[in-house]
Amino acid sequence: MRKVTKVYPGGHVGLERVSLRVDRGEFVFLVGPTGCGKTTLIKTLIRELEPTEGEVLIAGRDISTLPNKAVPQLRRRIGTVFQDFKLLPSRNVYDNVAYALQVIGASRGEIRRKVPDALRLVGLADKVKSFPDQLSGGEQQRLSVARAFVNHPPLLLADEPTGNLDPNTSIGIMQVLYRINRTGTTVVVVTHDREMVDKMRRRVIALDGGRVVRDQAAGTYTSKDESTREFATRLREEMGVDDEKPRY
Amino acid sequence: MGRIFFFIGEGLRALRRSAAPSLAAIVTVAITVLLLGVLIPVLQTTNGKTNEVRDQVGLRIFLKDVDASGAPIAAGGGNGEQPPSTEVQQLQSQLQAIPHVKSVEYVSKDDALAILSERLKEENRDDITAQLPGSHNPLPASFNVTPDDLSNLGAVRSAITPPGPDGTPTPISPAIDDISDSRDDAEKITGATSAIRWVLGVISALLLVASLLLVGNTIRLSIYARRREVEVMRLVGATNWFIRWPFMVEGLVCGLVGAAVAIGFLLLGKEVIVDPLADNFHLISSGDTIAFGKLALVLLCVAMGVSATGSGLTLRRFLRI
Repeated sequence: MRKVTKVYPGGHVGLERVSLRVDRGEFVFLVGPTGCGKTTLIKTLIRELEPTEGEVLIAGRDISTLPNKAVPQLRRRIGTVFQDFKLLPSRNVYDNVAYALQVIGASRGEIRRKVPDALRLVGLADKVKSFPDQLSGGEQQRLSVARAFVNHPPLLLADEPTGNLDPNTSIGIMQVLYRINRTGTTVVVVTHDREMVDKMRRRVIALDGGRVVRDQAAGTYTSKDESTREFATRLREEMGVDDEKPRY
Repeated sequence: MGRIFFFIGEGLRALRRSAAPSLAAIVTVAITVLLLGVLIPVLQTTNGKTNEVRDQVGLRIFLKDVDASGAPIAAGGGNGEQPPSTEVQQLQSQLQAIPHVKSVEYVSKDDALAILSERLKEENRDDITAQLPGSHNPLPASFNVTPDDLSNLGAVRSAITPPGPDGTPTPISPAIDDISDSRDDAEKITGATSAIRWVLGVISALLLVASLLLVGNTIRLSIYARRREVEVMRLVGATNWFIRWPFMVEGLVCGLVGAAVAIGFLLLGKEVIVDPLADNFHLISSGDTIAFGKLALVLLCVAMGVSATGSGLTLRRFLRI
């Protein structure tokens, strides 16, 4: 992002001259108090909002110059996890994930192959027939992650994926995101869960009043070779969360 | 191909899920189509009747039985057919030469008597013509002159009776006794029918507008109820047309079902009410109205087209990127 400014109609400044760069395969946290511009930033990345000034480049291409017709193509290359999940209550777990493939015109064979994979990744393989209202908050969020990732996008954005979830469930979600990051996908996570951020030991970009106030690694990066299980165990230990029976 | 099935499946699934708004849309479509189905033939009938009346309007030129010298002018003194006299033939060619005259028909005294006799029989009245003494036929011979258009009636009439030397209208032939035209009657009739047509036209236009707004509103409600689904589709990268098709399928099905229900009622009304009455009332049996099959097809296409387009258009506001 180069000097991106977003001023909402009415004068409220969402982002102010934000410049930052995220490399391929990175795991980045975006933190800051409520109203600091985190969600605005995510929305400019999927072109739900257009910046008032500045450039948003994804894979070298300025997305604000994309014609409207090309926006769906952009969104297919970016998986997005929303704080309110945005699941379709009338469809079961399998169909919610399959939906993301259907809308981009995937073949039936592709859907049959990819959906179970994505559900296995987030640990919902045994709940394919359940409906969203039969799932816990954590399961719904994992379903939302599965839908965002089923298409194997190069970039995954997660807006408050652990909001309103208990620490143990939050760790589960982070574990899934960590696993996805290890497949080479760039992951950007918006959160205000400071403790989680500190323990993850990843790059942290802090926003306040629409500006970047901090951009650094929290603590030392752990080895890239840390397995998903080791990662989760370490987080539980460091956060003082009981290691309940493994959920995934 | 797979996509088409997906769209149809999604459309039908949405219909099942939002049964109440869909039902409302179907009922609205049905009412609109029913109104249209009634109003179209009614408008056509009034139109047909007006034209029929216009066609009947003409001049009737009554001829004298004998000229000033006492020689017979018109043929048919009640003693069988006689060819028309030269004077009559001359008048006929004169009349035919007048501009805007569509046809000139000669009705001899015998013809006139036959027509009267026929009409009396039709009306089940005593045929008083039989009581006429022997060879006496009091009816005059006449020419029925039809103008090419009702508005030219006056011009034709003044051509037959141009102003004479003293300025008063004088007939072009001494054989002419009197001229009567049905203009006054015709104007009254056409005035009444055109008023009816106007009123019906305005009512049907208002009803149509109201129904279209209702259909649009119902569709909007149904889409509003599913705005979350539309939002999710947009965010996972569905193209606008991909989002639109299931809604259009839904609109098509609503239109189809609504129109089918309305056509069913129309058919019932036709069989039970209109057809039995048509035997007794000439107005209803007017042959100018659209055939039922064709009407049904037109209504079906209009209903499906309007509903599908309505869905597609209403969705536009939810599809802004």
